[in-house]
Amino acid sequence: MAPKVSIKNFFREQQLFQQRMLVASVLIGAAALLLFGRLFLLQVLRYDYYLEQSQGNRARLDPIPASRGLIRDRNGIVLAENQAAYQLELVREQVSDLDATLKGLSALGLIPEDGINDIRRLVKSRRGFEGVPIRLRLTEEELSRFAVNRHRFPGVDIRTRLTRAYPYGELGVHALGYVAAISEADLPRIDRAAYAGTTLIGKLGVESAREKELHGTNGFREVLVNAQGRSVQKAGGFAPDLRSRAPKAGSDVILSIDLAAQQAAEEGLRGRRGAVVAIDPATGDVLALASHPGFDPSLFGRGLTRAEYREMSTDIDRPLFNRALRGTYPAGSTVKPVISLAGLRYGAITPEESIFCPGSWRLRGYAKPFREGRSGTHHAISMEDAIAKSCDVYYYELAHRLEVDHLSEFMAPFGYGAPTGIDIAGELSGILPSKEWKKKRFKTRAEQVWFPGETVNMGIGQGYLTVTPMEQASMVATVAARGKRFRPRLVTALRDPETGTVTTVPTQALPAVEGIPERDWDHVFAGMVGVIHHGTAAQPAANMSRTAYTVAGKTGTAQVVSIAANEKLDKRLEERQRDHSWFIAFAPVEAPRIALVVLVENGGFGAAAAAPIARRVLDAYLLPKGTDTQPLPANAAPSDVDPESAE
Amino acid sequence: MIRQQVEAPSARRTITIATRLLMALQLDGPLLIGLGLIATYGLIVLYSASGQDTGKMLRAMVHLCLGTAAMLGLAQVRPQVLRRVAPWLYGLGVLLLFVVFVEGEIGKGAQRWLDLGFVRFQPSEILKIAVPMACAWYLQDRPLPPSAKSLGVLAAIILVPAAFIIKQPDLGTALLVMAGGTMVIIMAGLPFWIMLVGLFAGSGVAWLAWSHMLHDYQRERVLTFLDPQNDPLGSGYHIIQSQIAIGSGGVFGTGWMNGSQAQLDYLPERHTDFIFAVIGEEFGMLGQMLLVILYLFVIARALYLTSQMQDTFARLLAASLALTFFVYVFINTGMVSGLLPVVGVPLPLVSYGGTSMVTLLAGFGILMSLYSHRKLVGS
Repeated sequence: MAPKVSIKNFFREQQLFQQRMLVASVLIGAAALLLFGRLFLLQVLRYDYYLEQSQGNRARLDPIPASRGLIRDRNGIVLAENQAAYQLELVREQVSDLDATLKGLSALGLIPEDGINDIRRLVKSRRGFEGVPIRLRLTEEELSRFAVNRHRFPGVDIRTRLTRAYPYGELGVHALGYVAAISEADLPRIDRAAYAGTTLIGKLGVESAREKELHGTNGFREVLVNAQGRSVQKAGGFAPDLRSRAPKAGSDVILSIDLAAQQAAEEGLRGRRGAVVAIDPATGDVLALASHPGFDPSLFGRGLTRAEYREMSTDIDRPLFNRALRGTYPAGSTVKPVISLAGLRYGAITPEESIFCPGSWRLRGYAKPFREGRSGTHHAISMEDAIAKSCDVYYYELAHRLEVDHLSEFMAPFGYGAPTGIDIAGELSGILPSKEWKKKRFKTRAEQVWFPGETVNMGIGQGYLTVTPMEQASMVATVAARGKRFRPRLVTALRDPETGTVTTVPTQALPAVEGIPERDWDHVFAGMVGVIHHGTAAQPAANMSRTAYTVAGKTGTAQVVSIAANEKLDKRLEERQRDHSWFIAFAPVEAPRIALVVLVENGGFGAAAAAPIARRVLDAYLLPKGTDTQPLPANAAPSDVDPESAE
Repeated sequence: MIRQQVEAPSARRTITIATRLLMALQLDGPLLIGLGLIATYGLIVLYSASGQDTGKMLRAMVHLCLGTAAMLGLAQVRPQVLRRVAPWLYGLGVLLLFVVFVEGEIGKGAQRWLDLGFVRFQPSEILKIAVPMACAWYLQDRPLPPSAKSLGVLAAIILVPAAFIIKQPDLGTALLVMAGGTMVIIMAGLPFWIMLVGLFAGSGVAWLAWSHMLHDYQRERVLTFLDPQNDPLGSGYHIIQSQIAIGSGGVFGTGWMNGSQAQLDYLPERHTDFIFAVIGEEFGMLGQMLLVILYLFVIARALYLTSQMQDTFARLLAASLALTFFVYVFINTGMVSGLLPVVGVPLPLVSYGGTSMVTLLAGFGILMSLYSHRKLVGS
């Protein structure tokens, strides 16, 4: 029976309550144990994990970039160094009135007025405590202008950073290379962690080839940061336990370049387009490597505007083009000493044998005769005079006797048709033609046939045979060293700036040209000395007389075969159809210390345009320092020179 | 020997004087000591957690004084008065919630505070005490366990204010208010099978709430609890950072004012809801366990006092206050250590915040009153 109105049973209710109290207590105990278990898990079992997380939170790595190694010439003169550059930085939270500050800086001429909006946007996009660069590369004058007004601009300060400087400007830029901002293309070849904090990377030349050694090892400093990323010294009683590592400076790179020779080469090329490469025949050391026109490498380090780059890359003179390593030109008459050696080697001729030169040479089956370069006849001429006077008929005949495959077989060991392997990147090679080469080069059978006339042309360095100035220089060095060959190198040693330890880079011998008797070399040397004394370079314009040392040389004139399609038709075009001018030389003849090649694009006659430049470089390198090089004679300008008598 | 004999009586006399004073003030000594220790611990931690902010310290001490005053005052109020006031207090609380709700609707924004000009407070805090009081008041003369009809009425008493509070939105307080009422019902002898049914019904309600009532940020908090790494910089940030703080503290902690997570701002809300993580980082597992043991001592003492009470109203109300206090502790420590989702529940008597400090100590004042006046009621 269940009454509608139930009476309170206090005893039962009390029992029920006590029972519930018990259950509640047990549940509380269980919950507390659960909580303790959780704390045990976090603080004991996963302690290491969370400790690491906590450290990762509070410590930020600030990289300390290592100072980039210097680049010096063979005498220790600095060619590339690091220089402080000044920039203005603004810390927003320290600036009371951003607009007024920017207007004030603009009034001082430190920031462009039309750039204020961009700068304001940049500043606002960063966190308030971050220093934002608002003006890069202050000049000394701007620096002092800001310094006297600094009190008006709280929160704006001058910051220093290191950038690359080249004390001699454009000098040797095609050998040294330059540094520029790290681009996406650089990322695959660098360890990004090692480059944290580095902004510039070598792009060409030695700067690029020796990037690893020049860069050094960046250091770091752990900085205590709070949750907003602001670096703090100390927070509460929290004592920082921070690590750091000092940077290790990059190695200095010592080049084989001789500053005096390099300067002479560049001065000689001033106002022209061309290249000079000088090599020490005994080691392969590159003494000078110039390609003109050049450009100011520091432009890239500070950042090039789009317009500047466009101007540079579309310039008709192509300043970015490394003519010394990448320009391929017909070898012209500079090939004749090597052809002479080939003739002697294969017994196609003796040094004494005379060939009659009536001014032209006929090949059976060819309607037109092969002409002597300019005018005149040499009558009966033997080898040494043929070299000195650069007699074309002699070499038409000799090449014809030798056949193309003998020629290319003999010339290959001198380095024709293959890159020299110089220790910077970007080198191209010319062409050493042969029957085999022509088969590969052309598709149709008709084109693949090698014509005897092509062999004849090769005898005077025309036709398919092309070379780079670098290859030419290597060939001259090989001749000068009587067959010994070395891989050309720019870097001779690395120096640790901290310990002073110098690590030399060993010279690298290449397979020598074998099987040529000493007397054959003597004949060719005699011919090349004759070039200077009574041959093509004996004219006053060549400026090769009265040297304090003995010189052997050879002029060359390479016909401009075609005009590049992208060259615009303007008044400068006519000049560009003129022949390229070569001059190769080595000195002293008895014990050569320098072998060099000069190329002047569209310079006309080798003796007139290229030889005077060679003289400057030889003087600069061989004469004791401080001796004035002989001035150019007044009539040395290429326009008013007598034509070469026999080229 | 002689000294002991001399000292012993005087010591006994001091204790006697303290006991008499406590009795006169209707207070319970052990409970008072427990609460005092927790509050002191809290102030020490707060100094570090607030970044050595003396202004906050002063305000926290003012809060503590206000709370103590409320506790002392309420301890003097006779249970009969409390019983009479219960329905009116509840009515007033719901009315104020309604006012806040309407203001919020007009002002188009979250609204929790009521500004009376001289003081700002959250009406929802009143309900933390008013709801269990009202439930106990409703059940005091009815036979227990409560009938189905009574359960319906009780559910309404609890859910009406809870709905307003969720709408504010303040999920944490709503949970505590509901816990306060539910504890009364459970202690009144709610059959276990109904609890099971309630659990299922609760799941249903939770589903409904999920799809219709919860705000996006509340939903996010739940999702984040399930997988904090899912959104490490957004809503998962709180949980990840507080677990790093606790875990990196280890057993002994990094030392007072020496926790990098807390001192370098990595830990959000470090002086309010997440202060337990600061304790974990700077005082380690031992520091946290010490605090939890102090809490357990207070709860145990409160439950002991409750067990001495005779009448239904006092027993139910006192038990609810004690158990809700534990719910407070468990929800906060659970969320900070990653056991529970993040809901805005402060760590009682330690987190910075005046309203919760006053409400909690007021609750203990009521509990002490119920205990010290028990004989009058029982006889």
